[in-house]
Amino acid sequence: MTAPLPPLLDRRLLFVTGKGGVGKTTVAAAMGLLAARHGKRTLVAELARRDDVWRALRGEEPSAVFREREIGENLSFISIDPERAMEEYLVDQLPRALADVLTGSRVFGYLAAATPGLRELLAIGKVWELAQPDRRTPGAAPYDLVVVDAPATGHGVAFLAAPKTFAAAAAVGPIARQARTIHDMLADPQRSAVLVVAAATEASVSETEVLVEEVTGALGYPPAQLVLNRMLPRRFSAGDAERLLAVAEGPPPPAVAQAAVDAALAAHRRQRRQAEERRQLAGRVAGVPLATLPFLFTERLALPELERLGGLLERRL
Amino acid sequence: MTLEERLKERRICICAGSGGVGKTTTSAAIALGLARRGRRVAVVTIDPAKRLATSLGLEELDNEPRLVDPALLEQAGVPVEGELWAMMLDAKRTFDELIARLAPDERTRRDVLENRIYQELSSAVAGSQEFTAVAKLFELDRSGRFDAIVLDTPPSRSALDFLDAPTRLTQFFEGRALKVFLAPTGLATRIVGRGASAVFSIFSKIAGVDLISDLSVFFRALGGLIDGFRERATSVSALLRDPATTFLVITSPEREPSEEAIFFHRKLREAGMPFGGLIVNRVHDQALDGHTAEQTAALLQPALGDALAQRVAANLADFNVLAERDRRQIERLKKSLAVKDPVLVPHLDADVADLQALATIEQHLFADAPES
Repeated sequence: MTAPLPPLLDRRLLFVTGKGGVGKTTVAAAMGLLAARHGKRTLVAELARRDDVWRALRGEEPSAVFREREIGENLSFISIDPERAMEEYLVDQLPRALADVLTGSRVFGYLAAATPGLRELLAIGKVWELAQPDRRTPGAAPYDLVVVDAPATGHGVAFLAAPKTFAAAAAVGPIARQARTIHDMLADPQRSAVLVVAAATEASVSETEVLVEEVTGALGYPPAQLVLNRMLPRRFSAGDAERLLAVAEGPPPPAVAQAAVDAALAAHRRQRRQAEERRQLAGRVAGVPLATLPFLFTERLALPELERLGGLLERRL
Repeated sequence: MTLEERLKERRICICAGSGGVGKTTTSAAIALGLARRGRRVAVVTIDPAKRLATSLGLEELDNEPRLVDPALLEQAGVPVEGELWAMMLDAKRTFDELIARLAPDERTRRDVLENRIYQELSSAVAGSQEFTAVAKLFELDRSGRFDAIVLDTPPSRSALDFLDAPTRLTQFFEGRALKVFLAPTGLATRIVGRGASAVFSIFSKIAGVDLISDLSVFFRALGGLIDGFRERATSVSALLRDPATTFLVITSPEREPSEEAIFFHRKLREAGMPFGGLIVNRVHDQALDGHTAEQTAALLQPALGDALAQRVAANLADFNVLAERDRRQIERLKKSLAVKDPVLVPHLDADVADLQALATIEQHLFADAPES
């Protein structure tokens, strides 16, 4: 890789968010991989979706791994769960015996679940802690960059807004104080950035427009980058399409040729549709730079594909 | 078995699957298909794409089913013998309405609805939508206005939330926390003992004191609703297991949604809910069919010339990768879900569902001969 590091990766915190099913996790992983290849100690953090209240009240142990794990050179991974973040917070802040009493207390769990924004705050607080140059966790080495695979639209913003909301709701106490510190970092475009992933579909474009506004409202600055994912290549011109249509309407060719013509026409129509949605998106969120990633015709996305997407992002961001 | 046969004796059809697989469009197309076959159908959708909503006449979020204009359907080439009603679920409003209905008196109702904690909690519930969706389903079913209801479920990552929603709600209201707050004065040391009281005091120090009184008011006000909630949850649970209810699992042939379809099917079985069939959307069927790209290009060359023939063949080779993937994934789904004849819907070009597109999907879903 010869291109310079995209400025986006010079922050300490990068939030990747977007509507479900657009490839948010893929983009987060590709960004993490890219930063790691450039020698940055990088952590990709998956932020568990905002569990609804009922789930919180079931008292089940989360199955996600709430520990940093090294998954490659300069690259680690963690799944952040709000309940575990709470436990860790209590252990960190209080004498051990007291923390044990509280984490074992169902009443405390109910209180925490019912307190507006507290769970989101603790999860984002964990992200904040991971991104500190001076880690609070004993013996933990600092990361240069934390890439957050944030929950789908809406919930993602709830996490970003949680520190501010909470600080406003509870004016006193240590949590409110820490909430303000966390918000200060999120609201600093020198240290933090948001990347929004979208698909070239009508629903995703509308939702992305709203998301950009919400992020701006929560942090005071817009997302740094839009990535339009899974764009089909432009293989056929309008003239090609006309010739293909003429063949399609003519006498039936052998089955495989028919399939080839059908597939080409489908690819042409889908690509045009995507191009139109791309124009829409570019017009509606004019202030945010827009990059695209190609649709990959593969059975599944594994390391080679992520490397390839990372390489494209390196040149396009 | 065709979809029509599968749904014949069913009053309630719940479409489940992960987000982004075309669940909403499929639900609407199923409802359209049933209406075409003479039934009075309501489809309850959650967050439909704007153009689908508009084409169904759902400009407003009024949380009540509206009749889709039969003239519109006729224009789109899909005249209905029955009636097609559609609504968009407003989860927060459904929850508020439920509170209003279950509250024993005006004052309780107001106390709950205006409480800051309730507003936060109900948005959280609205955010997950599981509970409100079944609550609305139950209500529509009981109204007797429809002889079939199709429910588009929330794009829930965990299907469990949806199935467990009624039970968990009851457990929540019967829980100890509630009893703590229900004590008439203060936080009732005599009921819960000093341990809990200490917990409250520490919590208020850490989290900021002013939340506690809100919580206390909230839980006390909710206390009056417990019986209603319990009763409601029991009825909803029974409805989900009723022989007239069926769950259709919807997926695309990609790996992650298929994993979720398999997970969901397992959960359905464990929960004793009736599984009614599998629908696989967006299946790629254009394949090389044993040919190479070169052979295909050679076949196309006379009609298209060299350059275009090459590109058309290369495109088919790419589509073939997806067709192969889809074929393998469908085999896996058939085995995992013990389904012999899933309903397969090909990948259609339009991502936007207008009535025309809906009609096309309806034809695929209700095709006479299931695809092999």
